[in-house]
Amino acid sequence: MSESSQPASTLFEKVWQRHVVREETAATPAILYIDLQLLHEVTSPQAFDELKRRGLKVRRPECCLATIDHSTPTTPPDSQGVRHYNTPEAKAQVDLLQVNCAAQGIPLHGWDSPNRGIVHVMGPELGATQPGMTIVCGDSHTATHGAFGALAFGIGTTEVGHVLATQCLLQSKPETLGIRIDGELQPGVTAKDVILHVIGAIGVDGGTGSVIEYHGSTVRAMSMESRMTLCNMSIECGARAGMVAPDETTFAYLEGRLMSPQGEKWAAAVADWKTLVSDPGAHYDRLVRIDASRIEPNVTWGTNPGMVMAVDDAIPSTDSPANREALEYMQLEAGARLAGEKVDVVFIGSCTNSRMTDLREAAALMKNRRVAAGTRVLVVPGSEATRREAEAEGLDRIFLQAGAEWREPGCSMCLAMNGDSANPGDLVVSTSNRNFKGRQGRGVRTVLASPLTAAASAVTGRVTNPRELMETGT
Amino acid sequence: MSQTGVLDSRTFNLPVDNIDTDQIIPGQFLTTTERDGLGQFCFYSWRFDENGSERASHALKAFNPGRQSVLVAGSNFGCGSSREHAPWALLDFGFKAVISSRFADIFRSNALKNGLLPVKVSEEVAAFLHAHPDHSVQIDIGNNLLTVEGHGKVEFPLDPFSAYCLTRGIDQLEFLLKNESDISRFENRRGA
Ligand code: SF4
Repeated sequence: MSESSQPASTLFEKVWQRHVVREETAATPAILYIDLQLLHEVTSPQAFDELKRRGLKVRRPECCLATIDHSTPTTPPDSQGVRHYNTPEAKAQVDLLQVNCAAQGIPLHGWDSPNRGIVHVMGPELGATQPGMTIVCGDSHTATHGAFGALAFGIGTTEVGHVLATQCLLQSKPETLGIRIDGELQPGVTAKDVILHVIGAIGVDGGTGSVIEYHGSTVRAMSMESRMTLCNMSIECGARAGMVAPDETTFAYLEGRLMSPQGEKWAAAVADWKTLVSDPGAHYDRLVRIDASRIEPNVTWGTNPGMVMAVDDAIPSTDSPANREALEYMQLEAGARLAGEKVDVVFIGSCTNSRMTDLREAAALMKNRRVAAGTRVLVVPGSEATRREAEAEGLDRIFLQAGAEWREPGCSMCLAMNGDSANPGDLVVSTSNRNFKGRQGRGVRTVLASPLTAAASAVTGRVTNPRELMETGT
Repeated sequence: MSQTGVLDSRTFNLPVDNIDTDQIIPGQFLTTTERDGLGQFCFYSWRFDENGSERASHALKAFNPGRQSVLVAGSNFGCGSSREHAPWALLDFGFKAVISSRFADIFRSNALKNGLLPVKVSEEVAAFLHAHPDHSVQIDIGNNLLTVEGHGKVEFPLDPFSAYCLTRGIDQLEFLLKNESDISRFENRRGA
């Protein structure tokens, strides 16, 4: 497929155009072909039901990939090999996915798979996520896969059914938002701080109706893990998807993975993937520039991811009903500092920050240190593969020796539907993506932060700028 | 929604910005494998305390299901998760339409697929409705028109296809299935 004769287009437009089955008309949206649908237990049961009700089969089971992650326990099975779910409904949901996948011939990475993991951690690790693909999942953080130059977005259960039955979706073309990030990150500042900064800058609805393309020197210098963290939280500013053009970093990550193209196909794939960049002069509907060198370690102080500030700043004193309500829920005061506030729980995990680089950063900071008395720390790797790799490197021992819990892979306290939750009123420093009221348990106060900030806060038992511990050496 | 696609109703106000889907239905209720019966969990944490007892006073207390089927909410309604449980819960709770100055994309798409109408209005119209609780409105889907008593008629954006499906009860999966030959041709062309 040659794009050379086309007018200058963005990465998004190239991927979109490759997948149009039927163009949009005045009366109907475009029909867009979907290369890969990721499935998990929570948003799929009603979709499978709908197919059954209509007597339909899954059109291309080999274009689906399923896992169990949201309602699964993160504690090991008991001595009888039995896993203890939070509720019978949670178990029923997992069992049902197994039944549905078996009946339709859909590959499922269940309890017996060495690759099971959070859906957005597992896909890339398997090499199932590739540049130029369209990828959907009944989960809003599907944007994670855009880090590879795929067009990946979250859909609802009805649409999960559409894709199961037809491998297609009805879509109207979103707008494009270019976010150009240039400059070198300061020590102690990570991709998580960058994306929190971006959300703070454009607002929690600043990306609504758009697909974001992240570009600029900072993004180019990022690892795939960092790019995934960046794209992951695109939905938190309302964007449908986030994308990064593939490059050598992308190809190096994908080469040799289980589902990556092999042999001769690899070279052909890479040659094609290299064309998936925005042409010079390509038009974005909007463009935002970010100076990365000025970004500090960030934390949220309120009840949405846009309520964010540098960790050592004072809580903004802008008086609005929303801010007042957020501060009341957070039991914090405008003008006060969040740094130094007592931390009850630290959660290191979720599809935003549970990969090897995240765990390595947290472990480096916690090595030869102890978790503060009165603080509980959960470290939850994103997948079985990550867990194995982390254990091979001895990271689990660093966490355990520090007094943290090293748990089995899953979404865990990111949305606290599997029983991993904090107590009402607890302050949780969390590497996940949402600080909505009650997200981590009733009345729980969530502070979103990077793995470094979370690890530093675990050690001091207070909300802490990681630089304070990094400067003293580890 | 009636066959003609016209809804006459009173409004119910929740003038809060950024109402996320975790507020509309908390994660703990997502272990269901059904679509039905989720109204009881709608805005659960707003209505019930830690012990599951109804709070003495809460924003939803004054809601009158038969009379008020139009929710007037703050901006950026439905942000957060892709859970279709949110529109399922709102519908089961008694809402047929939501008015806001901005909707989150996935929520909007999910709502339309379930016959819950997202009506996007200007800040000015939203402010008028926020200032006039339990107000009489008419929503005409076929003509994309919202009539606000004492304030006039305003158009709201609704793509023709969604309007067509909503008013005729046509479902989008049928439409996709009718295009099977195009889909097959696409697959063959790509040598999938
Ligand atoms: S880790 Fe959190 S955000 Fe990610 S898929 Fe799981 S529940 Fe969703």
